[in-house]
Amino acid sequence: MTDTVIPLTTKKDWTSDQEVRWCPGCGDYGILLAVQTLMPELGVKLENAVFVSGIGCSSRFPYYMNTYGVHSIHGRAPAIATGVAVARPDLDVWVITGDGDALSIGGNHLIHALRRNVNLTILLFNNRIYGLTKGQYSPTSEIGKVTKSTPMGSIDHPFSPLALALGAEASFVARTHDLDRKHMMETFRAAHAHRGAAFVEILQNCNVFNDGAFDELTGRKVRGEMMIDLHHGEPITFGEDAHAGVVMGSDGHLRIVEVADVGLEAILRHDAHRADPSLAFALSRLSADEPGSSTATWSPTPFGVFRDVERPDYGTMVGAQLAEASSKKGPGDLRALLQSAGTWQVG
Amino acid sequence: MTDTEERKSAPETISRVVVRFAGDSGDGMQLTGDRFTSASAMFGNDLSTLPDFPAEIRAPAGTVNGVSSFQVHISDHDITTPGDAPSVLVAMNPAALKADLGRLEQGGLLIVNRDSFVERDLAKVGYESNPLDDDSLSDYRVVEVPMTSLTIEATASLGVKPRDAERSKNFFALGMISWLFSRPRESTLDWISTRFKDDLIRASNTAAFNAGYHFGETTELFDHPFQVESAHMPPGEYTNITGNVALAWGLVAAGQLAKLPVFLGSYPITPASDILHELSKSKHFGVRTVQAEDEIAAAGMALGAAFAGHLGVTTTSGPGLALKSETLSLAVSLELPMLLIDIQRGGPSTGLPTKTEAADLNIAMYGRHSEAPLPIVAAYSPSHCFHAAIEAARIALKYRTPVILLSDGYIANGSEPWLLPDVDSLPDISVSFQEEFNHVAPDGTDEYWPYLRDPETLARPWAIPGTPGLMHRIGGLEKEDGSGDINYTPANHEKMVHLRAAKIAGIAADIPPAEVVGDADADVCILGWGSTWAAIDAAVQRTRRRGLKVAWVHLVHVSPLPPNLGELLRSFPKVLVPELNLGQLCRIVRAEFLIDAQAVSKVQGLPFTSIELEDAIEAALGITETAGRREGAA
Repeated sequence: MTDTVIPLTTKKDWTSDQEVRWCPGCGDYGILLAVQTLMPELGVKLENAVFVSGIGCSSRFPYYMNTYGVHSIHGRAPAIATGVAVARPDLDVWVITGDGDALSIGGNHLIHALRRNVNLTILLFNNRIYGLTKGQYSPTSEIGKVTKSTPMGSIDHPFSPLALALGAEASFVARTHDLDRKHMMETFRAAHAHRGAAFVEILQNCNVFNDGAFDELTGRKVRGEMMIDLHHGEPITFGEDAHAGVVMGSDGHLRIVEVADVGLEAILRHDAHRADPSLAFALSRLSADEPGSSTATWSPTPFGVFRDVERPDYGTMVGAQLAEASSKKGPGDLRALLQSAGTWQVG
Repeated sequence: MTDTEERKSAPETISRVVVRFAGDSGDGMQLTGDRFTSASAMFGNDLSTLPDFPAEIRAPAGTVNGVSSFQVHISDHDITTPGDAPSVLVAMNPAALKADLGRLEQGGLLIVNRDSFVERDLAKVGYESNPLDDDSLSDYRVVEVPMTSLTIEATASLGVKPRDAERSKNFFALGMISWLFSRPRESTLDWISTRFKDDLIRASNTAAFNAGYHFGETTELFDHPFQVESAHMPPGEYTNITGNVALAWGLVAAGQLAKLPVFLGSYPITPASDILHELSKSKHFGVRTVQAEDEIAAAGMALGAAFAGHLGVTTTSGPGLALKSETLSLAVSLELPMLLIDIQRGGPSTGLPTKTEAADLNIAMYGRHSEAPLPIVAAYSPSHCFHAAIEAARIALKYRTPVILLSDGYIANGSEPWLLPDVDSLPDISVSFQEEFNHVAPDGTDEYWPYLRDPETLARPWAIPGTPGLMHRIGGLEKEDGSGDINYTPANHEKMVHLRAAKIAGIAADIPPAEVVGDADADVCILGWGSTWAAIDAAVQRTRRRGLKVAWVHLVHVSPLPPNLGELLRSFPKVLVPELNLGQLCRIVRAEFLIDAQAVSKVQGLPFTSIELEDAIEAALGITETAGRREGAA
């Protein structure tokens, strides 16, 4: 459907006049380019898009988009964006956030925006480090991470952003990475098409404070054997000639096998539209470095849309209650309101 | 007719009475007081109420901690306070007697539920002997009524179990007091019949109410009933209103007058939650309410809605205000209109959640990082909350600034009759959104500058998403004056800090000047703000009636202060500032105007009584003789 839209705008229209101030080589540039390139294809008017961010390197993003935007408070972007989206369901509201912003200081707002299914497209730039404050560990940093605030290594157990989002009843959950513009654009397009809260984790390299964090996963030489591309309705296979695949064992756990050993029929078929989130959750745990391990030991990791189910969005439901109240009670009459608790006449 | 009946048929007319209903949290005292208030309001009395209840939903039954009281002052003339000392105390159990006897005036009428004065209940609150049987209550006129057993008897024929019947005893008490003060029965009976859907409960409450009423009439425990004539109030249509409902209605009105949808982000907190409840019922006015995940989110949502072109509001109490502080600072920086409503309560921390205090002035004034001034409006009575909400919205919208509106637990839950305003006379507070470019770039292209200010108000334009061409980004980083682009240069930051301060200071020219009530040549001036209004009003009236020269200035706008305030205060030899805190406004006026203002403080979780303020006025004037002055109290 989106393919038939004749772009009314160009990438240039979506680019603001502000000088981009990220460090040279930062993964954020690629993400910005993907979004600016995609927006004309989505058929959204410049004036109807709102980008809301919190605090952190990624949160400078709205300044570079020629749309409406708010660079807000650390962690609070989902709450402020909820205000925008519930007040104005006609707008196209995006939240730009990072692993510290969304998962640490703003964890509460993120899970509740997802639970309510507010019509937001949430892009979480996960670089597993605090960049703007110059290199402390984040809620997604691996155990043992040595940073300025953890000279003996981090002892904090990390979050899986996708598992967290699924636990918070997110209706759309996806993962992409900063080195593949096409994959990012496809993922963002699907997220944007989803009415309700769409959550996208973007693995993003911080070349100053956590350089190469995802090299063993998304590096051009290794990604073929390390990245599992999820496609709805298709068997979950990966690697050269799709030699490897994912099966569910009799114990309910997902395992990676050689397709030749088990046969294609035995390979798990991806179903992003399944109401029950347990498959999406299991896939979210089939992931890079097992939480708890002291080194970044990567295993093949799923990318793409994990979950995409329909559920009424919050702003629409709020609007529906307003309409229902008006049809039942008639439009508000201030004089009648003041008389509603009973009155008496003097004189 | 017997003599007794003749005697009883002629009520004694009195000008005012203060009745206090006190019982266990589960005894329904708030409801009883509320119904007595409504019947009195419908009858045409002026009145003022003070609900006083514990923070626990159900504290252990029969304990002093679990006592819930409701005080109502009804009068045939204009009154503002719920009364200093009740002249009638209804005590449903020993705990209520223990908790509230000290408030009853000497010689006052004490009506007790005899059935509850048994050993177990007495022991719970530490009475070693039954106070009804010793002489400890000899200073009062004690009327013992076995309310529980009479209620059980009255409802027995309905088939109500004694245990359930007992729950109707508050209606027995209400019936008795309704007779004692000659309240028409109809409004309460009508209310019972519509309020209780369960047939048996409705019948039981009706029977108990009638039984209480007839009990007063037929027994000789009371000499005669009393009558408080209707007050000579200005003609018009009245309703009885609490501060929180008035505030919610004021917000609905503000939306209508501004022609903007209202958006409330709120997190439940005592004593502010009723505003959320009331606004949640106003969806047909286009009011959106979101019960947020926390106080911070509630403020964030309101600010987001403001960016999107709504009248963004968040409601809270002290602890929530602390949490919203960072969002207020962002709103100051974004220069967007937003209302924060703080229903103050006793603190710090959880403090006294159900009791009143007015000690959030400091945090309202100064509780933000860096230089982040904002206007503060303070409501002074339940009905004033309506107008204060509209005024706070007017300032927020016109000056594109967050505004804090202060109310407190006393006026939030207290009620008074309110002469309904003429809806057509309410002010137009609408503002225009920016829809055109407002600047030309050096290369000749039209552009939008989000921080190009109105030279008069210093307010910036408000362009909302959806407006073609005016796309712009704003944020917490310092902005260049005019263009709104990020700018860290020293001179620009200093300019912006001064501009934001000047914008707020300039509002002083757009608010009414401070006015003096009382004597222009007074020996002492009372400076008040907020809910102290009622007690100050009574104290000033009484001291002036006795010939003392007293003036009174009451502030609605606490920030910025009215421009003539310093000059006005300097014209009096003495300035007293009564506050339910340790002198927060007092310190502000001392610092602002270099005057020797003196604080009068009370921090007991209770409003001032007028007597306390009368004492303070006399002390300031060096008067120590107080004998007899309490005659004819207002």
